[in-house]
Amino acid sequence: MQYDEKRLTRIAATDCGSTTTKAILIEWVDGEYRQTVRGEAPTTVEAPLNDVTKGVINSVQELEELARLKYGNPNIKFMENGEFVIPRQGDVGVDAYVSTSSAGGGLQMMVTGVVASMTGESAERAALGAGAIVMDLIASNDKRMNHEKIERIRQLRPDMILMAGGEDGGTVKHVVEMAELVSAADPKPRLGKDYKLPVIFAGNQQATPEIQETLSNKVNLIVTDNIRPKLENENLGPARDKIHDIFMEHVMKQAPGYDKLMKWTMGPDHESVPIMPTPAAVGNIMQAIAKAENIEVVGVDIGGATTDIFSVFTEEFIFNRTVSANLGMSYSISNVLASAGLPNIMRWVPFDINESELRNMIKNKMIRPTTIPSLLEELVLEQAIAKEALRLAFEQHKEFAVTLKGTQKQRDISEAFSQSTSGATIVNLMTLSLLVGSGGVLSHAPRRNQSVMMLIDAFLPEGVTRLAVDSIFMMPHLGVLSEISTKAATEVFNKDCLIYLGTCVAPVGRSKMGKLALSAEIQLPDGSVFKEDIPYGELRLLPCGVGEIAKATLKAHGGLILDKEKNRELSIDLHGGVVGIVLDTRGRQPFELPVDAATRVPLLKQWMRELKAYPDEILK
Amino acid sequence: MGQAYSAGLTVTESTVLRKERLLPLKGNVLVKQGDKVKAEDVVAETLLPGKVVPLNLANKLGVTPIQLVNYVKVKPGDQLKKGDLLAENKGLFGLGILKNSVPSPTDGEVESISQHTGQILLREPRIPVQVKAFMEGVITEVMPGDGVVIENKSAYIQGIFGIGGETVGNLMVLAHTPTEELNPDLITEACKDKVIVAGAFIRWDAIDKARKLGVKAIITGGVDDQDIKKILGYDLGVAITGHENVGITLVCTEGFGKINMARKTFDLLKQFEGKKTSIHGKTQIRAGVMRPEIIIPLEFQAEELAVPVVKVPILQPGTLIRVIRQPNFGQIAKVVSLPEELTVVESETKVRVLEAQFEDGRVLRLPRANVEVIES
Repeated sequence: MQYDEKRLTRIAATDCGSTTTKAILIEWVDGEYRQTVRGEAPTTVEAPLNDVTKGVINSVQELEELARLKYGNPNIKFMENGEFVIPRQGDVGVDAYVSTSSAGGGLQMMVTGVVASMTGESAERAALGAGAIVMDLIASNDKRMNHEKIERIRQLRPDMILMAGGEDGGTVKHVVEMAELVSAADPKPRLGKDYKLPVIFAGNQQATPEIQETLSNKVNLIVTDNIRPKLENENLGPARDKIHDIFMEHVMKQAPGYDKLMKWTMGPDHESVPIMPTPAAVGNIMQAIAKAENIEVVGVDIGGATTDIFSVFTEEFIFNRTVSANLGMSYSISNVLASAGLPNIMRWVPFDINESELRNMIKNKMIRPTTIPSLLEELVLEQAIAKEALRLAFEQHKEFAVTLKGTQKQRDISEAFSQSTSGATIVNLMTLSLLVGSGGVLSHAPRRNQSVMMLIDAFLPEGVTRLAVDSIFMMPHLGVLSEISTKAATEVFNKDCLIYLGTCVAPVGRSKMGKLALSAEIQLPDGSVFKEDIPYGELRLLPCGVGEIAKATLKAHGGLILDKEKNRELSIDLHGGVVGIVLDTRGRQPFELPVDAATRVPLLKQWMRELKAYPDEILK
Repeated sequence: MGQAYSAGLTVTESTVLRKERLLPLKGNVLVKQGDKVKAEDVVAETLLPGKVVPLNLANKLGVTPIQLVNYVKVKPGDQLKKGDLLAENKGLFGLGILKNSVPSPTDGEVESISQHTGQILLREPRIPVQVKAFMEGVITEVMPGDGVVIENKSAYIQGIFGIGGETVGNLMVLAHTPTEELNPDLITEACKDKVIVAGAFIRWDAIDKARKLGVKAIITGGVDDQDIKKILGYDLGVAITGHENVGITLVCTEGFGKINMARKTFDLLKQFEGKKTSIHGKTQIRAGVMRPEIIIPLEFQAEELAVPVVKVPILQPGTLIRVIRQPNFGQIAKVVSLPEELTVVESETKVRVLEAQFEDGRVLRLPRANVEVIES
């Protein structure tokens, strides 16, 4: 159900995160939807309060106070007697209240398939797309012994299991065998002692009777359409919808206070608007924007414990999400060091530091996750770690966002020698239009220039790419809001959600340091013209503000290319932002940093100075 | 003068503790309300289901799953000894030539036999599990089948990080001051079964010596990240600990690196030297925060057992704090004021700050996020 501005003039939205509940107010003001005030409070799903609605009330009270101040109207309030007043009556109430949730660890799932890289991967994609954390993928061919699989299923205690396997009319035996393992493990849900674990079966429909016979006594079995009815087809929609239904009906009800919160979320006609897992809501808004603007988008949310990457690629707007469960900036920071290795982190640091000191600093951040870098050196180190966390998470995303594996493809003779196979990544940085970052280290960097530096160094955008940050991580709110008003969600996304940082221009290819790489002639908004032949291995930052456009004529040299058509010359409008336009001739595919510190450190300092990333005293 | 909520760890001479001791599955509670228990007493026990052993009988016999019923010699629910016959085919031409028989690989019970896959699932015998009291006290509540609540009055210290599970031993303070690194020579045979206290730091050679001599647990201000790696055998990626079986429990009161133990913590441990102490290293930073605990039970009367109301740590003038990030990491100070305006610190980050006076008299502005309340 969609509503227009006549019915929706004031909307409260919350995102109940694992530590903070963030509330925003969206209002119809002067003929457009705007996000007007925001508030936040600690999430109260755990002891001693054990009721998520307490945190919601606290965050909404802050909204009320700020709205009263903003409008100089002491009568404004959204709740009465501890509940929302819906619809709005003048100063009192809101027309809708919507919410997302990742509190209590979010939605945790286990998935199964027959072949890990085919039905297993499809099940994983469905679960991730629905906003879950996938604790494990268990498949017939995953090389573990059956008794090991049973032990693993028993230990996991997920919120639900998604079982896939077999195309329709295909293997029954392997699918039933997996059900037998699940049955033998007799898995228990994470929350709630007295209810049966929900298990969704989305595999070979011919196996349904046997699956029912094997599982229906032990678990709450729900059967839905096959996720992979044919190897060439992936049908994720029905399984994703079922995951959302069960998340609402079963899982959320077990979490403290959610039964009450579920009754609160509603539109102007008092119809319920389901609470959405936070990442699912982010996926919603990303897809809506990609479709509305006809662009390819990558979004990243780097948190304390995990890094989520969302992407929409290809003409079919294929959406993928990955969660790198152990890459984050506080709880998991130590794991970034373990995964990336010390040399990879140190390659971004323009000064010497004692290794043991660095390791202990990282561990101390892990055990005291809410501390912030007070010293400049510590900030530089944290941002170096962030680059590696983002790089590793994006690597994982590229490996996961692929064409379907196991499919046959007819080829003509021209493709006979090409490397494209099933299972190739669909992530193409050259066609990517917009890269959006969010999460504390990106959104709250003391200088926006640092956010630009982290995004470029970690993602290595190619060709021409706009960069932005979601300043207060409003995407979840807008994603769930789009369920009742796409108009409100997209308007606020464009006007208030994103802070455009600028545009990165990066020719692709390899050359030699100092050799001519890019000739740029750029008409800047202030009327001046930037004209330079830029050698390979350099960075330039040009001023171009938010909403401004610079007209550029670019020419790449020495085998470098500028766009997907392999053009070496391009006349293009470049969008500005709070930082400006970055010309990056450091090369792509590969991007190489000198290994020896004596060569690398001066280069790092030069680039950081050019980007104005840090105060000069640390770059001397 | 305002106040603000903050993170905090408790260090107190006396508090009333209330601990749930629960079984992983339903079972039997062995004590009753009002019973006095010692740390080593078993308060509840149960039997965990045994491991499942899957076996594809049809494949082993070379028959189809549907044919299996003709050859299988057991049925679900049957008790088995290792070697008991599960199934047998009739051999070539039904004459017993090259007969193939499948014995049970384990003691246990037949859980199920599948006609769809030919798989038999055997369940090994149940595994007994006991829950001990862990801390001396009185049973104040029995949850039939699930476990008990034990209460007592204790001196109580929360650590910041630890490894190793629950253990009990008498407290032995080896360090002379909270600022020194523990000299391994101080660890002797006399430390066996003890909970020993280091000062600011303990190195690998001392930890290893303690473990070899049978020390139950170590309490230290700080420890080096690489020494923890040596004990565990792997680099710790996420702080979820307490399940390790490394032969010793280690609790850090301050963090990683050489950091002076807070004077208050050190003095408290010194005060209770020789006392029986319950200690564990369980740490979980996310989703249900758990910190290591050092519990030194005290004498008490039943009427004293009023569990204090949970207090959220509050920063206000006079609050004792510990700095938990550079600069001044590990130092103790007292809050002087809580300025409201955002302040730019060296890293150019705009933060809420507080003014605090250090033990040496200096007054500095610190990010509120970088301090921890020392609760008492």
